[in-house]
Amino acid sequence: MDQLDLARWQFGITTVYHFFFVPLTIGMAWVVAGFETAWVRTGNPVHRRLTMFFGRLFMIVFVLGTVTGIVQEFQFGMNWSAYSRFVGDVFGPPLAFEGLLAFFLEATFIGLWIFGWDRLGPRLHLATIYLVAVGSLVSAFFILAANSWMQHPVGFVVDREEGRAELTDLGAVLTNSTTLVAVYHTLSAAFLTAGAFVLGVSAWQLWRRGDSPDAPSFRRAARAGMWMSLAAGVAVLSSGHVQGVIMTQQQPMKIAAAEALYHTEQPAAFSLITIGTLDGSREIWSVKVPGLLSFLATGSFDGRVEGIYDLQDRYVQQFGPGDYRPVVPLTYWTYRLMIGCGALAVAIAATGLWLTRRGRQPASPWFHRAAVTAIGLPLLANSFGWIFTEMGRQPWVVWGQMRTAAGVSPTVGAGTVLTSMIVFTLLYGALAVVGVLLLRRHAAAGLPAEEPDPEDREQRATVAY
Amino acid sequence: MGLADVWFVAIAVLWTGYFFLEGFDFGVGVLLPVLGRTEEERGALIDTIGGVWDGNEVWLIVAAGATFAAFPLWYATLFSSLYVPLLVILVALIVRGVAFEFRGRGQTARWRATWDALLVVGSLVPAVLWGVVFGNVARGLPLDAEHLDRGGLGELLNRPALVGGLTTLTLFLLHGALFLRLRTEGELRVRARRAATWIAPLALLPTVVFVVRAQAQQGNTATTATGLVAVLCLLGAWALNRTRTAAAGFAFSGTAVVAATATLFLALYPAVLPSTLDPAFDLTVHNASSTGYTLTIMTWAAGIFLPIVVAYQIWTYRVFARRIGATGPSREHGAVHSPAGSGPA
Ligand code: HDD
Ligand code: HEM
Ligand code: HEM
Repeated sequence: MDQLDLARWQFGITTVYHFFFVPLTIGMAWVVAGFETAWVRTGNPVHRRLTMFFGRLFMIVFVLGTVTGIVQEFQFGMNWSAYSRFVGDVFGPPLAFEGLLAFFLEATFIGLWIFGWDRLGPRLHLATIYLVAVGSLVSAFFILAANSWMQHPVGFVVDREEGRAELTDLGAVLTNSTTLVAVYHTLSAAFLTAGAFVLGVSAWQLWRRGDSPDAPSFRRAARAGMWMSLAAGVAVLSSGHVQGVIMTQQQPMKIAAAEALYHTEQPAAFSLITIGTLDGSREIWSVKVPGLLSFLATGSFDGRVEGIYDLQDRYVQQFGPGDYRPVVPLTYWTYRLMIGCGALAVAIAATGLWLTRRGRQPASPWFHRAAVTAIGLPLLANSFGWIFTEMGRQPWVVWGQMRTAAGVSPTVGAGTVLTSMIVFTLLYGALAVVGVLLLRRHAAAGLPAEEPDPEDREQRATVAY
Repeated sequence: MGLADVWFVAIAVLWTGYFFLEGFDFGVGVLLPVLGRTEEERGALIDTIGGVWDGNEVWLIVAAGATFAAFPLWYATLFSSLYVPLLVILVALIVRGVAFEFRGRGQTARWRATWDALLVVGSLVPAVLWGVVFGNVARGLPLDAEHLDRGGLGELLNRPALVGGLTTLTLFLLHGALFLRLRTEGELRVRARRAATWIAPLALLPTVVFVVRAQAQQGNTATTATGLVAVLCLLGAWALNRTRTAAAGFAFSGTAVVAATATLFLALYPAVLPSTLDPAFDLTVHNASSTGYTLTIMTWAAGIFLPIVVAYQIWTYRVFARRIGATGPSREHGAVHSPAGSGPA
């Protein structure tokens, strides 16, 4: 592997890892805010205990998201300095705004939320978690604006002499159609992730201790999680469709690769599963829905969808010689796995709503097991979504403007990148183990006591936060 | 003064804010085993910064993000050239961040001792390495005509870097001790004050070397002034540590940090990253900056939002202003910052 491959692997590993915690942070902040609101409004102690229970889980996720985020920000300069030189004028401002408008808000008010229980009045305390939650949305917006600019660059000119892209219209960058749908899609996915998390954790409690006095609270929480997953699921699917349409206009190669569509078709069928030779020259077996791809990509059942070969020819003429095809099996499968994993999580939530309708309780434990698996499914779907988005853009790092290969740091050796990749991988692996253990332990502990004995230090230490 | 100069000042302000704020929480982290003899005491020391360290760290994130936006070449060259120290800093910051959160979540004493040890190392390492990074910035890097660093890792180990590392470490230790003197009570407070008394002369030594070097290399009237202020504040912190209030002590160490950082940036200007090969290859405020349009936008954003941030961060510190002791009534409150243990139920 050369420096380029290593830098790409490192970026992929660290970003996907960061994004395990990001959607949970975004979604769970609102969940915790929701329970705390219920408590402030009704005074019912159950809501306060639920706030604290999910609040502790939220904090573990939050801190892991925070510490891995700093790596992301440094990495552009460390591994991708040529990229940073080229894009800084356009790409830097959203990153700076994210810090100034969002991270300060999140980081400052999370501290107040944790340590402010006995220093702030209930309403002021509630306000702090809302500020954290809003901060996480703002942060998602700006970072997605930056990323969407790489997918579909707008509002800039390239100054060849200076060798850089120059911002000409900030409004265009922030209201880029790619940004708006990506924000919609990614935030919906974040809420699906959090909904499934609440469902899964609650179901786990019920599975283990269905007869404990806290079971009714967890039943309520489980149903809240199911509704949240269902609503978010609908939003994810609808936004995904819009994304497909926009992507077909802006990055036709990506949709062609997502479908392994080698030859232009009109109307184009949507392939559910295809097994064929990798270069697409021969199809061995496939299941297809006629006309569906045309509909997804163009909004009409007999729209024309360009194939990989034709696009390749077109790009050679437009950009000069080169290979403009992403790795097709990867884009094809990640796209399907994204949709499949997410849809399965939504299906589990919907089934749960049916099984628990009008106060019923699912008789067999299989549903609880399924609900616990539902925690992982959206996390996988998110990762597949990003791998698809980013790999589908290759060989470009900024579509049509800069190739990924041209973006790496010219003065950093492969050995250095390898070292940092190994360091991060080991460190992140260790953190994953500790993080999952702690999440498990706190999820297993159940709701905190109504009023802990202040003399009991041991208990005090374990309920810290 | 053009917008690029304004942004040079803005970046300097962001780094200054970072060193001022995270400076004391690094200091507290390193002093943990020295000042906290029992488990309770260490808990109390960490409580003084538990609610604010994350907000302090964002100053770093914004300093880096703003450098990316306002001076892309500076960001790109600095981060790719100082790759290894930055990698180590990142690892330390990660470990430290999770240590704050995880230490209270285990049942055994060993669990807490392990995370406390990681917290100490995670504070010590960046406290030294930030000085190494900026020692190198002040000295310059072997940049060629394209502003690319042609030196190796060995290049980064030099005397200015060593002086820089010792300066930040000792300044942050002093700042941390005086912060603790302000925020703790009882025995802890006494110990914090004593620690400050013996750290101050230690801080004086590298700071004087650093200031004199800067003066000799790139000195001007402004650096003379800031350098003098830094040294006088350290002397003040030392000489008056016994007689003056805790607030005055913290003001001294804080001003010393601010003045030392100002000296660094003032001596640098108009370069942002000098070349050791040829001054013509320097990265400067003018050849490293973004376009006027981007800088204008950034100026508006910073002008509006930075004051808001400063306002709510000051408010946060006021909310947390109550002193913390290892025992006694306020510790009882502080210890149950767990929502489960308090709250107006
Ligand atoms: C869709 C949302 C999203 C995406 C695509 C990313 N992040 Fe992130 N990031 C967040 C959403 C987020 C967040 C939810 O706002 C986090 C998680 C925990 C937190 O405190 O904020 C966060 C934390 C976080 C932090 C720490 C902030 C702090 O200390 O408070 C940094 C520096 C970054 N991120 C930077 C990045 C960079 C450079 C990314 C691109 C490669 C990136 N993030 C992708
Ligand atoms: C958090 C969500 C994100 C995930 C999960 C993600 C995922 C990935 C993955 C898997 C790669 C590696 C692809 C490869 O090996 O070629 C990659 C590359 C890259 N991504 Fe993203 N990405 C995310 C967000 C972003 C954002 C927000 C930006 C910019 C602001 C960005 C910029 C890049 C860059 C510069 C590369 C390196 C070039 C490359 O290898 O393609 N990514 N990303
Ligand atoms: C029918 C269902 C879905 C469709 C049609 C769909 C469609 C898409 C498309 C077309 C993209 C690529 C956008 C681009 O590169 O320009 C994408 C990206 C992504 N998807 Fe989905 N998706 C679906 C379900 C899901 C689910 C269930 C999740 C997660 C729970 C998810 C998470 C993501 C993420 C995180 C990205 C990358 C961020 C982005 O580009 O917005 N998707 N999706």
